[in-house]
This record gives sequence, C-alpha cells and structure tokens, in this order.
Amino acid sequence: MRKVAIYGKGGIGKSTTTQNTVAGLAEMGKKIMVIGCDPKADSTRLLLGGLQQKTVLDTLREEGEEVELEDIIKAGYRNTRCTESGGPEPGVGCAGRGIITSVNLLEQLGAFDDEWDLDYVFYDVLGDVVCGGFAMPIRDGKAEEIYIVCSGEMMAMYAANNICKGILKYADTGGVRLGGLICNSRNVDNERQMIEELAKKIGTQMIHFVPRNNFVQRAEINRKTVIEYDPTHEQADEYRALAQKINDNKMFVIPKPLEIEELEALLIEFGIAN
Amino acid sequence: MLLRHTSKEVKEREGLTINPAKTCQPIGAMYAALGIHGCLPHSHGSQGCCSYHRSTLTRHYKEPVMAATSSFTEGASVFGGQANLLAAIETIFSVYEPDIIAVHSTCLSETIGDDLQQITRKAKDDGKVPEGKHVIFASTPSFIGSHVTGYANMVAGIAAQFPVSTGLKKNQYNIIAGWMEPSDMREVKRLSKELGVKIVLFPDTSDVLDAPQTGKHVFYPKGGTTIAELQSAGDSLASLALGPISAEPAAIALEKGCKVPFETLDIPIGLSATDRFIMALSKVASVQVPDEITAERGRLVDVMADMEQYLYGKRVALFGDPDQLFPLTEFLLDLNMKPVHIVSGTPGQRFEKQMRQLLDERSPETNFRNGLQADMFLLHQWMKNEPVDLLIGNTYGKYMARDEDVPFIRFGFPILDRIGHSYFPSVGYGGGLRLVEKILNALMDRQDRDALEEKFELVM
Repeated sequence: MRKVAIYGKGGIGKSTTTQNTVAGLAEMGKKIMVIGCDPKADSTRLLLGGLQQKTVLDTLREEGEEVELEDIIKAGYRNTRCTESGGPEPGVGCAGRGIITSVNLLEQLGAFDDEWDLDYVFYDVLGDVVCGGFAMPIRDGKAEEIYIVCSGEMMAMYAANNICKGILKYADTGGVRLGGLICNSRNVDNERQMIEELAKKIGTQMIHFVPRNNFVQRAEINRKTVIEYDPTHEQADEYRALAQKINDNKMFVIPKPLEIEELEALLIEFGIAN
Repeated sequence: MLLRHTSKEVKEREGLTINPAKTCQPIGAMYAALGIHGCLPHSHGSQGCCSYHRSTLTRHYKEPVMAATSSFTEGASVFGGQANLLAAIETIFSVYEPDIIAVHSTCLSETIGDDLQQITRKAKDDGKVPEGKHVIFASTPSFIGSHVTGYANMVAGIAAQFPVSTGLKKNQYNIIAGWMEPSDMREVKRLSKELGVKIVLFPDTSDVLDAPQTGKHVFYPKGGTTIAELQSAGDSLASLALGPISAEPAAIALEKGCKVPFETLDIPIGLSATDRFIMALSKVASVQVPDEITAERGRLVDVMADMEQYLYGKRVALFGDPDQLFPLTEFLLDLNMKPVHIVSGTPGQRFEKQMRQLLDERSPETNFRNGLQADMFLLHQWMKNEPVDLLIGNTYGKYMARDEDVPFIRFGFPILDRIGHSYFPSVGYGGGLRLVEKILNALMDRQDRDALEEKFELVM
C-alpha cells in the first residue's frame, strides 16, 4: 500500500487534482482510499458526486466513541473509499487537533487494514501547514510520499518551498519523502521551465505539467471528475498521464528547501524579469 | 540524599526547569474565587487540571475544596468548549446552587482559543444564569506566569466584574488581599477594626478554608466577601492593594471601572511592611493609630532586640512568591540576618526591580533570581556552594533541608505536611512575632542538637 499526501497553497487545486488523479488510478484498477484533511470537508466531492454527509468528527461528536467504519467511509467513483475528517466551524476550537483525532480514529477502526486490500491512500491536506495538526499525515510514517501542487505564481512557489521545510523536519524520524511537484498551470509565462528549475533546485522532479483547461471547472460544477464526466476529453488524458507517472514513480527524495533569496532570484530569472 | 543528582557546579540553562518554584495559574484563580461568598470555582478544561488544583488546595488547608470542571473530551478540544461550559453553567446553578460561578481557563482551552468572555455572555443571553446569580471569568493559561499570576487575574476579574459606581461615595476603603492565608486575611480585618476603619476586604478566605467543625458539612461556608460588599467596592473612597504582583491588577481594574484611587503596598509581613500598612491606612482614613497597635509593635521590637544575638549574621536561603518574598527579605534584614540566596519561579521585571533595589541597598552580595530557570535545583546548587544556616520555603524545601542538613521553616504555598498557616497569621506585628519565634526555634533547636556537652546551655 502506498501512502500519498498532497499538499500545496490554498486554492491551488489540490482537491481537484487529487480526485482527478485518483479517478485515473481507479480506472487503472487500483484500490484507493481518499482522506480529506480539511475542515471544509470538500476533498471527496467529485468522487462522491456531492459532499460527504457525515465527517469523522461529526460522527465522533454525535455518536461518541461508538463510531463504525461504515458511518464515515463512503464508496465513490469506481469504489474508491472516501472519508472526510471535518472539523469545527470557522473561528472556534482546534482544526489541527481535529485532523490528529480523526486520523487516529481511522487507524483504530482499521480503515488501513489489509482486509481492504488498498493499493493507495491519499491524504488531501488543507493549504498551509499552519500547525502540528496539519502535519499529522506526514508524522510517524503515515504518508510516505508527498506531492506538492503548485503553479508558476510566486506565492504558490513560496508555499511549496515552505512545505518542503515541513517535510524536511519529519523526513528523518517519519521517513517521509518528496515524490515531486505537480504543476497545475495558471498560464504564467515560462511556467513549465520555472517549475522544472524549482524542482531541480529542491532536488526533486516536476512529475507532471497539468495544462489549464476550463473543462475541469465544468466537470466540477457537475460534481464529477473530468474522467467520469467525459472520459474522451483531452484533459482526462492529462490526469491519466499524471496517475500513470505517480504509479511508476521511483524518485523519492528528502527535499532541500531554498533560501528566500534563491527563490526570488529564480522568479526574476524566469518570471517577471522576462 | 533524596536529591543526590544535584551537582555543585552551576551551569546556565536555557530550556530546562528542574523542580520549579511555582505552580499552575488556575490554582491561584481557584483560591481567589474561594474568597467570595457562595462562589463555586469552575475549571474550563480537562478533568485532570481541576483534580490536581483541588487536591493541592485541599492538602494545603486540610479542608474540602469544591470546584467544577468543563470535563473536556477529545471532541471538546476539537470543536471548542462552548457547549461544555454552557451545559456546566446550567447544571451547576440547578444542582449546586452557588450565587457565583467563577470560571477560569486552562492551558488546553486557552490554546484552542476558547473565549470565556463570549461564552459567559452567551450563557447570560441564553438565560442560563438565573436572576441575581453571577458568572465571572478569568483567563489563566499556565504557560504564562505562575499560580500568583492566576490569583492576580481572578482577583482582577472580580474587581472588574462586580463593583458598581452609584455616584454616591461610601465612607469605606477597599483592601485588596494579595495571596495570603485565611489567618492573614482575618488579621488584616482585625487590624483595620482596631484602627476604626471600615473596609471591604476581597478576596477573603477566612471562615472558608479555616472553617470550624460544626458537625455539619456546608457547601458554601459562611466566610468570603459577599456580592453586596463587592458591588459597594465601586463607591469606596480608596483602595489599598496589598501586593504589587498579586493584588495591584485588581486595584487598577477598580480604578478603571469605578474611578476608585488606589495605593499599592507590600503584604504586611514583618516590622517595616506592617508599619507601612498601618501608616497608610491611618493616613488614607485620617485615623489615629490606637495604643493597642502601638503596643503590639512594641512587643515585636522588644523581642527583636532581646534575641538579636541569636539572629545576627545568620545566613538564610529562601524561595517562594514575589509578594511574600519581598517583605520577608526585608524583615530578615531588619533582624540583622543575611538573606544569602533568594529564588522565585514567578517571572516579572516588576518584582525583580523591587527586590534588586532592596538588595542593592542593604545586601548587595545576595544571590537572587526569578523566572523560568530560577528553580529549586538552582537554589540547592547555590546552597551547596555557599551554605546557609536556615532555609525558608514551601514544603518542597524539605528535600533540600534534609540533604544539606539545614534547619527548615515552612512558609509560603503549598505547605502539605504541617498545619498552622491557616490559623496563625504571619502578617501584622503579631505575625512578625510568630515568624521570629519560628526562626528562633529552628536555630536554637539546631544549636541544642549540635552543642558539645560543656556548651549545652540551660538558659538561652
């Protein structure tokens, strides 16, 4: 079983990319579980064809300790197992602790057990790793490989670099490794070259360049992944390609995050200076 | 050798505190709340905090200490503790019927960001607080300050949330008690009465934590400042805060809320601090110091003079809380003793400056430190390097005293293995007398124990 976590700046398209990629892997016949680690609980919407009705934490709050796995894991597209951690309403409580609680609970309930015969577990984590709770999926060997979704925009690259710092922190103890950057294009000038260069500097690869296509949004409005909504569309092939590359990936590294000056120099070289 | 790993060599430490000379904020908040009549302290956090704080107070006073808790579960820490606290307030008023619930926060509820002001207001808006009943709160995260800070925060909370200014001044004065024993608060009331000054003392734990045995258990003993007294504090002519760290914040809150001017004094421990207290009270209320108080003072001065030969130059190590340590150190200096080492786990520059100034003037060679790394380990190391004749501090000092074979006087909080502190004051001239007696007993018992046969004195 491969345990994958997807990180990246807020709004960069982590959930969309994750679910479309998962759809690609599912199409290849892989058995996958997706764990949404975002209080908004919208990480499995496209796979389920709508929002998960009950999150792990909702269930915990309502049923107490007597939670059953069936209550919190629903079957989505091609029998992907979908679950949402959930969390408190904005402004109260501790969302970070919520992630820790729900991932622990899923483990206790046996969501990762051999009986499910899983090929992949995907953790889709909220934008910024603001506190220890959001690092839960990369702590003590939970997720083993990380993909960072980014674009050629400065703040997205800045966030990607920051996430690498987080990975570095847990790489020694937890054994977590960086599998690559996924460029979710925003049509920035020289975007592909810039992200390739960033990846090289960090010591990893740009595993795939996902071109921008409004068809993704259309599929999303219809609560479906591109692959499900229109399997023949060219964008579906992009996600299939990404899924294939992740499936074949052998390059797992401890990242070398850049100093801010280095990062800015990169932007000037490839970006705004041109 | 209970502390056999304490080495002589003092090394600068950054991240480590060993045997801290302080404890949690909520203990102070809980203690302060018990000084309000009909008040149930409530700990907004997990059950363990509440149990620990209750049991420490119970062990110190040998009295039952009641307090409620929000009983945080994992869910409460994720979703916030509002639901728990609202349910608690409803249950407490219907089952335990206090007049007041004094809520304090804990590390957990502070870290997840629960807002006690908003939740207690919601409880009122939702009608969960019956007419004539009150819910007050104080924020008490233990990762800041110490139990003294928690006490100060709760007393300030009381001062901010009860007193009302009606516009009509009352011929009375507020005395805001710094962290003192019930016996001390009783003594402050007695002295004020002797002076003929009408006071509102708060908090007041006398007749709460030193309550007499009546054969019947009452949930809310007869002592404690009443709601009516607290409300009238807003119309008092002035406030005296006894303790710059533990009482002054309340005086400031009262000045802010009700424009009651204040003066900050030390807790009246020892001759000089008691003099200042008596003079300040006599001046602010324009009253003569009665002969009886002058006579009390005379008795203390007489004993100090008579026994000076046994006290002169004796070396003392002490640890505890700022508002007690300062007047105690001053008293030791008045007794011509030598405070050699002083440690307090309570951080803060205010105390540091106050103590430094006293020491610079009267005992510049004293080792003094407060804050995070000012712990009992450091004090013990200092004692190994520069030995002392006497150790003064709370019960935890008994390990050092035993290891170093030094006479030991229990003073401060907590005292878990002796009684007396709740019943015999250490404030006022009488309290000074008691301290001198304790010091002499400790030193003379040691002299008798160690005396050669030919030097074993009948008369001392």
